[in-house]
Amino acid sequence: MKRINIFLIMLFILFSSCKKENTKIEEGTGPLSVEFDHVVGNADLSLGAGSYTNSSGENFSVDIFRYYVSNFIFTKTDGTVYTVPQSDCYFLVDESDEETHEPLFELPTGSYKSVQFTIGVDSTRSTMDIEDRTGVLDPTAVAGDMYWGWNSGYIFLKLEGKSVASSLDGDFMYHIGGFGGYSSSTINNIQTVILNLQDRGVPEVKIDGSTNIHLFVDILKLFEGDETVSIAAHPMEMFTPYSTTISANYKSMFSHDHTENE
Amino acid sequence: MSYKKIWIFLSLLAGILACQKGIDELQTYPFNKPDYFPETEYDFENNQLTKQGVALGMKLFYDPLLSADNSISCASCHIQSSGFAHKGHARSHGIYNKFGTRNAPAIVNLAWSPFFMHDGGIFDLDFQPIAPITNPVEMDEDVEHVLEKLRADRNYKWLFKQVYGNEDITTAQFLKALSQFMLVCISADAKYDSVKRGEAIFTNSETKGYQLFLQHCNQCHIEPLFTDNSFRNNGIPINPSFNDKGRSLVTLRDEDDYKFKVPTLRNLAFTAPYMHDGTMNTLDNVFEHYTQEIQNFKNLDSLLIQSNGSVGIILNMEEQAAIESFLLTLNDYHFIMDKSLAPE
Repeated sequence: MKRINIFLIMLFILFSSCKKENTKIEEGTGPLSVEFDHVVGNADLSLGAGSYTNSSGENFSVDIFRYYVSNFIFTKTDGTVYTVPQSDCYFLVDESDEETHEPLFELPTGSYKSVQFTIGVDSTRSTMDIEDRTGVLDPTAVAGDMYWGWNSGYIFLKLEGKSVASSLDGDFMYHIGGFGGYSSSTINNIQTVILNLQDRGVPEVKIDGSTNIHLFVDILKLFEGDETVSIAAHPMEMFTPYSTTISANYKSMFSHDHTENE
Repeated sequence: MSYKKIWIFLSLLAGILACQKGIDELQTYPFNKPDYFPETEYDFENNQLTKQGVALGMKLFYDPLLSADNSISCASCHIQSSGFAHKGHARSHGIYNKFGTRNAPAIVNLAWSPFFMHDGGIFDLDFQPIAPITNPVEMDEDVEHVLEKLRADRNYKWLFKQVYGNEDITTAQFLKALSQFMLVCISADAKYDSVKRGEAIFTNSETKGYQLFLQHCNQCHIEPLFTDNSFRNNGIPINPSFNDKGRSLVTLRDEDDYKFKVPTLRNLAFTAPYMHDGTMNTLDNVFEHYTQEIQNFKNLDSLLIQSNGSVGIILNMEEQAAIESFLLTLNDYHFIMDKSLAPE
């Protein structure tokens, strides 16, 4: 009789755990995209065409604007955190390639209150084996012009354009990178962005839904912040100490504009 | 089960075994670490040497297809008879007759090197070839375009398949094959090595030179690799047309200005000219530099400053001659003539 009792208990545990599994599957996952919409102040970004003015009063146009975003972490309104797996968390957003503007995620269903991501490529990935650098991280293919071969590391953000304020034949260029150094510490331009999603429409992820978080990415913010960046004073910054001023500014260029829950 | 089914099963099994055999045929390439060498820096776990892999790497190393106009190979500036340095070229002479700003370093004993380039900007050998391939004054090519050229070549497709089991010719496959070849460019068969192994003895002059070397040189050029892989300013005058700041280009630290990686002294009879800028043509020039011509400027290495504040190493002519006779025991003729390091 005792044996039968144990058997019944075991059976009960087995079934109840199965039942739990079932509830989990019912919760499921759904798609959520994060749209990076590039603007310059109140104007839409138009490569090569638009003319804009930064806070130093310098007129400029933009020819290249691209940057890495990675390591996305989404937090639900109930506080649970979803970290996007390493295999799916690196994106190269390029103004000239519309297909890169809306990274797509598969998230547990529910409502989300915030998103966190990195601008750039974390130091762990920046020092991994070449076999772990595929897709947008392949230093020879897509990322070819977002990688410094002479000083191993990714260029996190590239902004190039023209301005009469520049002394370099009217060109200005910012290639910002630096993951902190491999053996001896150096500049670290890895910036983390946390955006509150509750004020402009809480995203609701549903199994059969389609949710889009629409972000504005304002290039003007790169020129303003704790320190104003002037094209006349800094027409070209690449792997330089001053690049940290630029990355500290551009960290603020992302804002949540609205959410589309469908 | 019908006989027909059994036959199908057996032939399938045979097919699987045959495939397995194809992979098994990859032969391990023995990596012979001399017992007096330190542990290696390279991560062989992720790139196990095979005979086929080394052979593929060698073919790539000697192939000018890696450059934009198919004119320059790795071996153009890293010549085996020059100890895989660029004899007679102060600064590397690349594509379209362009010149770089530094001397092409020797490709030797790289498995023991934690850094590459004179400034140490690269810390993983697998990533090293990207720099010369994409440098506009060296090979001026996109690596992706190199891969396209390789994929269009039937012979390479076959060779990559032999090594990797597929003919994708990925970035990682390409770079790891090049590493395989560079890793086996091991120089450990000079007279110095024979002495270390107890197979030869130094002459009196060499013995004296060895003692002086240990006293005056071995702090930076530590045996048996003859480098400590550190970065130092050894007082070479700055060339104002480049104002090459060396290590600090990578670290952006003031205290690294004008520091360059300590090079190995192995094979020095074959690797002239010397120094990161190739400004010294002979060993005599080098002795003159260290004894008389060191410039005392920012971050000069403290080992080159005497207690009375004067700079340089104090060595009379006799001592210099003795050190030179020891240094010549670092010339590895087997290495520069090793037929396995050059295509037939």
